[in-house]
Amino acid sequence: MGELRAYGHLLRAQARSQLSYRVSFAIDLVSNIGATALDVLTVFVLYGVTTAIGGFRLGETMVMVGLAQVAFTLADMLVGYIERIRVYVRTGLLDTVLIRPLGPLGQLLAMDVPLRKLSRVLLAVLVLTVALARAGIDWTPGRAALVAATLIGGTAFFASIFIGTASVAFWWIESGEIGNAFTYGGRDFTTYPITVFDGAFRHLFAYGLGFGFVAYQPALALLGRADPLGLPAWAGWAAPLVCVPAALVAGLIWRTGIRHYRSTGS
Amino acid sequence: MAGAFTNTVFGFLRCYLFLAVAGGAAVAGYTPEQLVTYVWVAQGLLAVVLLWGPPELADRIRTGEVVADLLRPVHPVTSMLATDLGRAWHAVLTRCVPPVLTGLIFFEPYLPVRWHTGPLFVLSVLFAIVITFCCRFLINATGYWLLDVRGPIMLWTLGSGVISGLYFPLRFLPEPALLALWLLTPLPSLFQAPLDVLIERDATPVQLGIVGVQAAWTVIMLLLCRYVQTRAERRLVIQGG
Repeated sequence: MGELRAYGHLLRAQARSQLSYRVSFAIDLVSNIGATALDVLTVFVLYGVTTAIGGFRLGETMVMVGLAQVAFTLADMLVGYIERIRVYVRTGLLDTVLIRPLGPLGQLLAMDVPLRKLSRVLLAVLVLTVALARAGIDWTPGRAALVAATLIGGTAFFASIFIGTASVAFWWIESGEIGNAFTYGGRDFTTYPITVFDGAFRHLFAYGLGFGFVAYQPALALLGRADPLGLPAWAGWAAPLVCVPAALVAGLIWRTGIRHYRSTGS
Repeated sequence: MAGAFTNTVFGFLRCYLFLAVAGGAAVAGYTPEQLVTYVWVAQGLLAVVLLWGPPELADRIRTGEVVADLLRPVHPVTSMLATDLGRAWHAVLTRCVPPVLTGLIFFEPYLPVRWHTGPLFVLSVLFAIVITFCCRFLINATGYWLLDVRGPIMLWTLGSGVISGLYFPLRFLPEPALLALWLLTPLPSLFQAPLDVLIERDATPVQLGIVGVQAAWTVIMLLLCRYVQTRAERRLVIQGG
């Protein structure tokens, strides 16, 4: 209980410090929309030269875009700061985190509440809302619940990818941008129907790593479409559960990494 | 190593995506083979034509170290450009090969057939490196006035990938928008130009025209950099640094 209060204090202090520079905060809010807006714009540009991509029309793809972007932007806002871990390991700053009587992961995440990224989440929610409204979905209570479960599962999934790939820094300090291949690359993969991809690449990202279950399979279940790649219809309803093994693996990598950590010694 | 791996993963993503957009036929004047070459050479060039580098100059301006650069007998723009060309050559040798090889192995790329495409491509890449350097210099140089360059850098990071033809070939855009981008901004000269030259999307005169536009932008941007640097030096004196 006292631990939770401590995290609460950390988060509130962060929020206060960011809000005190109002103009800077406003500029951050606006410019943070950029990346998500461009992703959505790219989809429109691609559909400008063709009517179907991977066998899906614009309206159907937009449902996947919406699901993927909400999950990604939420995860990035909540745990994206973990990417800084490589700086903490390299400089030995992590020592100061470890000697405090709070969990290191929680502390690292509480060091930054990127309120400025809230605008991106809102834009993603807007895109998803419009996409769902225009896709002609036959709404049932089950489908509404599936949307909620997919967003929660997807956010947890991307959060696991962020934490899992960032933990590589414990072993390989110069890991650089290798995590980007799975975080931002995963976002781009999830944005489009997986029928777009092929060969070992599709199998690895969609089924091996599980990105196919973040937006594509749930979108099929929402749209009432059969999977052209042959997975049964219930796969879409089970899709949000893929976050469970992802979180377990990410947690394992993180804990092993923390135990592995040797300070820089300076 | 890590960077080449990430570039390769994004190469797969974009390559499959554009092939799906093309759907087996030509799209916006590109055959599927040409799109394959387009994507993978773009991923290889990414570290050579460095769009997103660390804001070194801006940091030097903020800390005042930049004064040391002004004491040297060589013009600061010239000396920084020389450093950047060296960096680019190093990247050609180390970072360019893995993605391009991957593309050759896993996909069916288009290989140029005209004898003059090779030299034209090399020239085009050289122009692209210099223009990108100028863009980064100008973004960083806003630090002379703003001190904090986060805003301009964010804008550059967001806009440069799209408008330079890295995220998707600009030929996917409607003709008027494309023409305006090409003639009013130097950005299409960074990726779109060398890649279109390499895959021989257009007839020879247009190929030459593309490199001509790049040459013009190279001159304009270099002059602009020198002008901005001169103004900044005066400003720096006023600051007393």
